[in-house]
Amino acid sequence: MSDDAPILDASGLHLRFGAVPALDGVALRVWPGEVVAILGESGSGKTSLLRVLSGALAPDAGGVLYRDASGAVLPVLGMGEAALRRLVRTEWGFVHQNPRDGLRLGVSAGGNVGERLMAVGARHYGGIRAAAAEWLRRVEIDPARMDDLPRDFSGGMQQRLQIARTLVTEPRLVFMDEPTGGLDVSVQARLLDLIRALVADLGLAVLLVTHDIAVARLLAHRLVVMRRGRVVEHGLTDRVLDDPQHEYTQLLVSSVLAA
Amino acid sequence: MSGAWALRAEGLAKTFTLHLQGGARLPVLSGVDLSVAPGECVALAGPSGAGKSTLMRCLYGNYGAEGGRILVRHRGEAVDFTAADARLVREVRRETLGHVSQFLRVIPRVPSLDIVAEPLVARGMARDAAREEARALLLRLNMPPALHALPPATFSGGEQQRVNLARGFAPGYPVLLLDEPTASLDAANRDVAVALIREAKAAGAAVVGIFHDADVRDRVADRLFTIEPRQEASRSAA
Amino acid sequence: MSAAAPDAAAGGTLAGYNFAYLDEDTKRMIRRALLKAVAVPGHQVPFGSREMPLPYGWGTGGIQVTASVIGPDDTLKVIDQGADDTTNAVSIRRFFARVAGVRTTERASEATIIQTRHRIPETKLREGQILVYQVPMPEPLFRLEPRVAETRRLHALADYGLMHVKLYEDIARQGEVTISYNYPVMVNGRYLMSPSPIPAFDNPKMDRMPALQLFGAGREKRIYAVPPYTSVRSLDFEDHPFKPPRPAAACALCGSRDSYLDEVVTDDRGGRRFLCSDTDHCAGRRAER
Repeated sequence: MSDDAPILDASGLHLRFGAVPALDGVALRVWPGEVVAILGESGSGKTSLLRVLSGALAPDAGGVLYRDASGAVLPVLGMGEAALRRLVRTEWGFVHQNPRDGLRLGVSAGGNVGERLMAVGARHYGGIRAAAAEWLRRVEIDPARMDDLPRDFSGGMQQRLQIARTLVTEPRLVFMDEPTGGLDVSVQARLLDLIRALVADLGLAVLLVTHDIAVARLLAHRLVVMRRGRVVEHGLTDRVLDDPQHEYTQLLVSSVLAA
Repeated sequence: MSGAWALRAEGLAKTFTLHLQGGARLPVLSGVDLSVAPGECVALAGPSGAGKSTLMRCLYGNYGAEGGRILVRHRGEAVDFTAADARLVREVRRETLGHVSQFLRVIPRVPSLDIVAEPLVARGMARDAAREEARALLLRLNMPPALHALPPATFSGGEQQRVNLARGFAPGYPVLLLDEPTASLDAANRDVAVALIREAKAAGAAVVGIFHDADVRDRVADRLFTIEPRQEASRSAA
Repeated sequence: MSAAAPDAAAGGTLAGYNFAYLDEDTKRMIRRALLKAVAVPGHQVPFGSREMPLPYGWGTGGIQVTASVIGPDDTLKVIDQGADDTTNAVSIRRFFARVAGVRTTERASEATIIQTRHRIPETKLREGQILVYQVPMPEPLFRLEPRVAETRRLHALADYGLMHVKLYEDIARQGEVTISYNYPVMVNGRYLMSPSPIPAFDNPKMDRMPALQLFGAGREKRIYAVPPYTSVRSLDFEDHPFKPPRPAAACALCGSRDSYLDEVVTDDRGGRRFLCSDTDHCAGRRAER
């Protein structure tokens, strides 16, 4: 049994929006370097879970603990806004479903990628530019387009730019909300491959929300299936998808259209 | 069973509960006892539908078990694989337990060379060195260099199968599960596959295989393990 | 409004008005804000800006600050874009003469309080002097982040990456930072501050100035301050350091080559002259010649 501790540890999460249970006793752990996919359909609570885990939404009950780079265990929901923002700037990353939510559209691609570096004190223009060029290359955007505005990019490119922008500070934990939603299939494939490679290269821990089983199978080591605020099944990705135990999981898996 | 073992199944039972069919229960395996020693190759035998593939998948951790357990000798210790959590299963699959199936789950855009090199890199090998080993193995399997840089999506069945084999044999796993390893292969490549299996055995690997090709089976298997089909396919409600 | 009162430069003040126009409670409120501002250099302190006898946008903040610190023994100088003789400078100077009865002057070296709009005097200021700046928009991040709640958070967390992004964009697009006035500064290594719309040329004067610098924004209801000898650094990059612009020519009147110059169009055939913006400085140099 490995004895390294989880990077994120949530337990007893409850959240209601009026009469609707968004989270009904959810517990979840993520270890360093692993990709956990939260799979569910609309109304499953998966987005609420992501927001609670990242400190953007307070639950009615329960707690989330984060183990930072120094090994200190911090309560996500009690650490205070200053500490949380510092975390979001440095050790955490976010990839939003709509890249426009994660980019500054009026700032050049290079400026978008360099911003996190500048926010943590980088003050050498040439160095910032070089780092931005390197990351654009890594997400397969031509560095010559560094001074272009994101609004001149395609949706897939904007999403890759968002990924570069968030990974430039080499975070330890990345939250992704349907990162390939809304993209063309061929563009999705390229993006998924990129995410797969980057996650492996950087040893990132990723918490990924998706409704797409294929995305979960490709990217995730572990799968958490949610329905109506509850975790109905969880485990190794290929086990959950190939030998689903819960009725709902069996329904999901059997509903996938074959190519 | 006594003596050295690398992989064991003890009283293994596997039953599927089909909730979408009113909770129908489909028992496939019950009371399977199997012990495989290092350097030994056990061929699973039995009629189609008897549960050979199911047993393979249980041994790999792809399927869970409803009864009994599976033990793997991992890092010198006996690990209860059926009770292992996801992280431990991944660790065992990374270091100890290899799997070659008939189907290559195709990841878009990744070149064959990197598909083969990936398990080596996951074990800590430098990417360049991993690619070198991958290249050598693919060449041995008669895959021309032109194909190494291509993703296998457009390959023929035989070509995909050779990528599968290379990926499964490159790391030198102590335990190997082979599910129809020579499907779609011509005679020359079947011979290479047989050689690879023999070399793995000689290196101390415990091998469990499903071989529909009797010739291949006879050349590599030390013994057969027969699975009898269930007498009744019970369709009682849960 | 009471009967016409003596318009003396010294002595009698306007009857029916408190000394320096503001009531004492208001002065105390503003002084409390000033003390807070001085204690946290560069931090914007909200204050209860009063209605003043001139509209917002004409220096109500500066006037309220001056009114709160001025005493009968002070000597006041008021400049607008460096000049003592523009309409606004004259009006404000006369206002304080009438409501406070203080001595006024055009010589920076003789003033104890200097209220200014958009320039710092060329004359080096001393300990004991107070420079009061009129500020239209106190928030340096205003154009980059319009939400006030968000900018307050950014200041609280010293999260100033956004401003550096703006500088980065300038350099990427134009090869250099193109901010020519109201160039953002870092005060005491902690707060990002707007120096008010003074030309970037004047920024270096703020650094470790021996005089007390007070900033009043009446419409936006904010006060901030830089105590004497405080570090004020213009934002830049290590490899693109801040360089104050050099004057284009020499002053046509006094010959100065290192004061900020106004360009005056003299005819419709492209004729122009460059004159010192700081009238006191120019007059002083001419007197010496």
